[in-house]
Amino acid sequence: MKYRTATEMGLLPCEACGMVCRETAYIEHPCCPRCDAPLHHRKFDSLRRSWAFLIAAAVLYIPANTLPIMRTKTLIYDLNSTIIGGIRVLWEDGSWDLALIVFVASICVPILKIVTLTILLISARRRSRWARRGRARLYRILEFVGQWSMLDVFVVALLVSLVDFGKVAEVHAGPGAIAFGAVVVLTMLASMSFDPRLIWDEFPDENPS
Amino acid sequence: MHPSEFIVCEHCDVVYQRADLIRKQSACCVRCGAELYRAPAMHLQTMLALVVTSLFLFVIANAYPLISMQMNGIDHASTLIDSVAAAWHSGVGPIAVMTALAVVLFPLTQIVLLGYLLTSLIMLHRDPPGFVDLMHALRLMRPWSMVEVYLIGALVAVVKMAGMASVRAEPGLYALGALTFLLALINAFDLRLLWDARDRLVE
Ligand SMILES: [Zn+2]
Ligand SMILES: [Zn+2]
Repeated sequence: MKYRTATEMGLLPCEACGMVCRETAYIEHPCCPRCDAPLHHRKFDSLRRSWAFLIAAAVLYIPANTLPIMRTKTLIYDLNSTIIGGIRVLWEDGSWDLALIVFVASICVPILKIVTLTILLISARRRSRWARRGRARLYRILEFVGQWSMLDVFVVALLVSLVDFGKVAEVHAGPGAIAFGAVVVLTMLASMSFDPRLIWDEFPDENPS
Repeated sequence: MHPSEFIVCEHCDVVYQRADLIRKQSACCVRCGAELYRAPAMHLQTMLALVVTSLFLFVIANAYPLISMQMNGIDHASTLIDSVAAAWHSGVGPIAVMTALAVVLFPLTQIVLLGYLLTSLIMLHRDPPGFVDLMHALRLMRPWSMVEVYLIGALVAVVKMAGMASVRAEPGLYALGALTFLLALINAFDLRLLWDARDRLVE
């Protein structure tokens, strides 16, 4: 089956309002007549921007996991806990279901996001034809799960306000939480910058129509 | 052919001709499998009712404490705003700002803007001033609004502290749960329907 793409037909779909406009050769920077958003065939500088956000996220992922995200002070102990440490405590307390949720949201999702985006970016640059439908689905999953990694950051914010009993028990937030929040925001920006239409683009010479 | 008859897949650029859908149907792209558009699940009036309800729930969820905790005879309750303020005083300013934006400011702005646009379009039959800018704001805020994540975070916090002291869910948490449900419906709302409603009005 032969698909007709908007680019081939000289159509410019507006990303903001969905209006489909016709391309006119003499306008250099076309704007949507309905919502005034700039129109372009592909997101601007998609691969480079996506790489930049992704690399920044991958770098920050290290302090996010090694620095403590939380410090629990009670009369008996003074404990700095990292993300993994928090999950282990949940697990040992017997709430394995929540431990699993936090594990998926704060360990699996960020790693999978970074790995998946890397695969998407490399294969899009090479205009690979490998598993295009699968990669398109991966990207949609990525967009959907993106914000869930914020879970641990919110837990810390709540515990800090809740556990405030002076010397008896106190919880403070650690620098790891900031790094982790930054990782989440950066991976979200990276996946937003990526243009999924690049998955389907061919090299011009391979496309004789 | 007028270009508005077309619909372009946002995920792979394939052009389709728009067809009318009946309730609960959705059109998917043949090439990449992404959803192109779906038949509106509810009337704009119903959506406005949901938006107004969610505004009430938002107020309750913010005014009442979410969780309370008892230790050594001291009772300590925490609201959503408290968690933002505590994060701020705990020296993690960025976390406080992120929480305030993602759980308070963006959801509230979304609710208020949608309420304003819907009221103006379907109740007053007037083109709302600032429509274009507000629609852009709504679209850009959508991925950054994270009430549902915060709700699960609150549940995790309850369980985490359950071993340490007696922890209780407060009214705010129930309101937050209901709000999460409504916001899921509101966020599934296709903003293109508002553009169409306005186009019909202006014509
Ligand atoms: Zn537009
Ligand atoms: Zn498609």
